[in-house]
Amino acid sequence: MTTAIQLTSQDTVEQGLALAAAEGADGCVVIVAETSSTNLRWANNTLTTNGAMRGSSVTVIATAGAGEGTAAGVVGRSSVTDASLREIVSAAVATARAASPAEDARPLVDGTTGADWDLEPEETTVGVYEKFAPALGETLARAGHENRWLYGFADHQVVTLYVGSSTGLRLRQALPRGFVTATGKSGDLSQSAWVGAATRDFTDIDAHAIDAELTRRLGWATRTVPVDAGRHATVLPPAAVADLTTYLYWCLDGREAFEGRSVFAKPSGGTRVGDVLSPQPVNLRSDPLLPGLETFPFAVARSSGGSASVFDNGLTLAATDWIRGGRLESLMTSRHTADLIDALAATPSVDNYVLSVDGASGSTDDLVAGLDRGLLVTCLWYIRMVDPQTLLLTGLTRDGVYLVENGEVTGAVNNFRFNESPVDLLARFTAAGASVPALSREWGDTFSRTATPPLLVPDFNMSSVSQAN
Amino acid sequence: MPEVDASFLALPRHELAEAALQRARDLGATFAEFRLERIRSESIALRDSRLENAQDDEDLGLAVRVIHDGTWGFAAGVALTEDEAVQVAEQAVNMAQVSRPINAETIELADEPVYADVTWVSSYEIDPFSLPRAEKVALLTDYSDRLLGADGVAHVSVHVASVHECKFYANSAGTSYTQQRVRIGPEITAFAVDAESGRFDSMSTCAPPAGRGWEYLTGTGWNWDEELAQIPGWLAEKMAAPTVEAGTYDVVIDPTNLWLTIHESIGHATELDRALGYEANYAGTSFATIDRLGTLKYGSPIMHVTGDRTAENGLSTVGYDDEGVAGQQWDLVKDGILVGYQVDRRMAKVNEERLATPRSNGCAYADSSGHIPIQRMANVSLQPAPDGPSTEELISRVKNGIYIVGDKSWSIDMQRYNFQFTGQRFYKITDGTLDGQVRDVAYQATTTDFWGSMEAVGGPQTYVLGGALNCGKAQPGQSGAVSHGCPSALFRSVRILNTTQEAGR
Repeated sequence: MTTAIQLTSQDTVEQGLALAAAEGADGCVVIVAETSSTNLRWANNTLTTNGAMRGSSVTVIATAGAGEGTAAGVVGRSSVTDASLREIVSAAVATARAASPAEDARPLVDGTTGADWDLEPEETTVGVYEKFAPALGETLARAGHENRWLYGFADHQVVTLYVGSSTGLRLRQALPRGFVTATGKSGDLSQSAWVGAATRDFTDIDAHAIDAELTRRLGWATRTVPVDAGRHATVLPPAAVADLTTYLYWCLDGREAFEGRSVFAKPSGGTRVGDVLSPQPVNLRSDPLLPGLETFPFAVARSSGGSASVFDNGLTLAATDWIRGGRLESLMTSRHTADLIDALAATPSVDNYVLSVDGASGSTDDLVAGLDRGLLVTCLWYIRMVDPQTLLLTGLTRDGVYLVENGEVTGAVNNFRFNESPVDLLARFTAAGASVPALSREWGDTFSRTATPPLLVPDFNMSSVSQAN
Repeated sequence: MPEVDASFLALPRHELAEAALQRARDLGATFAEFRLERIRSESIALRDSRLENAQDDEDLGLAVRVIHDGTWGFAAGVALTEDEAVQVAEQAVNMAQVSRPINAETIELADEPVYADVTWVSSYEIDPFSLPRAEKVALLTDYSDRLLGADGVAHVSVHVASVHECKFYANSAGTSYTQQRVRIGPEITAFAVDAESGRFDSMSTCAPPAGRGWEYLTGTGWNWDEELAQIPGWLAEKMAAPTVEAGTYDVVIDPTNLWLTIHESIGHATELDRALGYEANYAGTSFATIDRLGTLKYGSPIMHVTGDRTAENGLSTVGYDDEGVAGQQWDLVKDGILVGYQVDRRMAKVNEERLATPRSNGCAYADSSGHIPIQRMANVSLQPAPDGPSTEELISRVKNGIYIVGDKSWSIDMQRYNFQFTGQRFYKITDGTLDGQVRDVAYQATTTDFWGSMEAVGGPQTYVLGGALNCGKAQPGQSGAVSHGCPSALFRSVRILNTTQEAGR
């Protein structure tokens, strides 16, 4: 066995940068991510799988060819030793030298050493479930006695990032991400309900409260009513709005719009920045410092594409208004694509957003209370692009669609397939509530830092009935 | 025949396994398994013939899973030292102990013969990682240029993902194997933008990802020259095509589209973990519940669907699965009736009587050392009719219909009933012949209605092994690669939507 030495994150960065300089690279960025995670998964009222995982990843981005157009070489590994780091840096530099100039090449981001640079990675352990796991066990036992079925997943991870560059940048940031999703089914499996929530540390997750909400919803389903496909007045709760808004968020790429192949392209050329998308005062805003939705405040790109550029690593992420007062304010860009489309500054993607409507208050229950007849959806699923021209998405309702009559939930109805564009929905909704942290059913596993309002859509397009229950 | 990469064989795999398995035994585990995995991946992307991104990654780590006091425990680590292997084994046992109070089921596994120190390597010719990056980029730039230089093509995107996967597996029963698999997934898309109307559309290659090496990109198994030459014309025709009239049509579906419908409506629906509810909180369940095994009418009597982990160049093809079970082939739907499932060793044991076999069919898979093995999809394939018709003959049987080529958008509900798909190209069929492209087409159906409306399947000459590199399942999410072979097939009375109308335009 060799005597390879495992390196600390900081040493990996410093040695990587020194090796790149010794190899004659023009510039270098080293990204180290230390991740620990722990999860519990249950189904049919019993625990099914679990895990405690630690992982690390090291990405070396070397640049070469300054003067004639700079190229980048990117090499990533799940872990390194002093010996393998040398090989990785060599490979990155050699790749950069052999590559043609990169279109997105820009000077690497300048910076200094952050105050917390020397701190070790933070870590999570199974202990994060100290209170949650026993309570979950109690709800699983109770569900068995009360003839209903519980299924779910709890995940907690901590990522500590170290980003260093040959231009002096030394950034460190540790962030937790956690969430729980829970499905309840009636004893005969004919009815389903769902609850989900994001959390930073599980101290705010109450297994008994989740079970109580699932039980309340399954109670709504003791009466079932068939409803045909068609356009229905529909209350979308914050989780379902997040399902749709996250897809819209991912389609805000500036270059695609500039090139005429996005819903945000102007038919006559150029982008729709400045266009009014909604007659309502709708805002879509990202900010790394949003309370409760805090995320990494600097750009981290292990690959280039769309609004991401490896040359932009470490770029400060500012608060960004994507939509303000119903008007499209900005699209996602790297420094390169910002120049390309004549944007004032680069506005890369941020790992959070708040969708809000000025002046809106109240909850999903309040929207239900104001509805004469319509549907209340729980969440949406299997959402896919049908037509990028209109951002037409298809997908399904899942785990609970309820009939609302005279302001009250009066029973459960069948599921539907929908075909809808979230851009159109922003123009068509007629009532909204206050924005609250909400976990998207479909995308929340990876994009959980979202806050959305409940919306009432007068004519949501339920294209056909789904027999799923 | 390629051999296992020497640098993987140089890792102390037996020593690490022995240290981990011994520690698990010492701590009272009744079963333990060890995996050492190294996954190399490369992603190359070109945008308008310029290199946009090229990335080279490697994931290397080890994992231990135990059964302790009748409960699963899993842990994973990254350092390749015996100390780490021992520590990961201890964590796995600890995880089982923490989980014991909320586990209501004593875990037992179906028996499998012991395979001692065996080796298996997938079928490919050229390891993509053995070639210089510049050589690969040069070929892709040539392919991109051919499209970008054509009339009516405004933009071109090229993406190629290559994976080289090495695994060493050992369990406490004495099985140990070393396995190497290579796969590749190319996607080339041409875009057109009509400057006047602002309308845009795209046309992608239909080449599926495959369990092949770089030779696939140079013409082994796919005719790139022919397809690239046709794409600009197909795209121009699509831009000028009339919009479809929504309604009910007979459809002939090309294997380049039908594989995805098989994946969604049969592949996932015959996963036993879904049918039993283990995915109810995430991927969903299945209408094809185990009480209907042997009686559920899945489709018309000509429907014969197999599961396999043995097809040459199949993305799910293995020598052995992640529980040490050898690759097999079996029936899922025969004569239109549900007759089988995809299972792992635990589900095989629990459902032994209903499944009428004591053995797992080898569908356990973890996408990396950091993840737990779960039941993942075998290659699920619709069998052609031995002397069946050509695609043209199938089209000739349609008076007023649509011929659908290439996959694009897909979506299906949580029980695998209601699906909606689009495609790359849709041709109107009039009186048995193709009558030009139409656009804005989606087809929507319920699984058993759709397969029940299958009147004819094509012969072996129409058979194509399609597939996907990134099928998602489980929590934490895992990505799986899987192939689906199928012939062309004829379906009567399928609901066709006009997607522009669906958008309320």
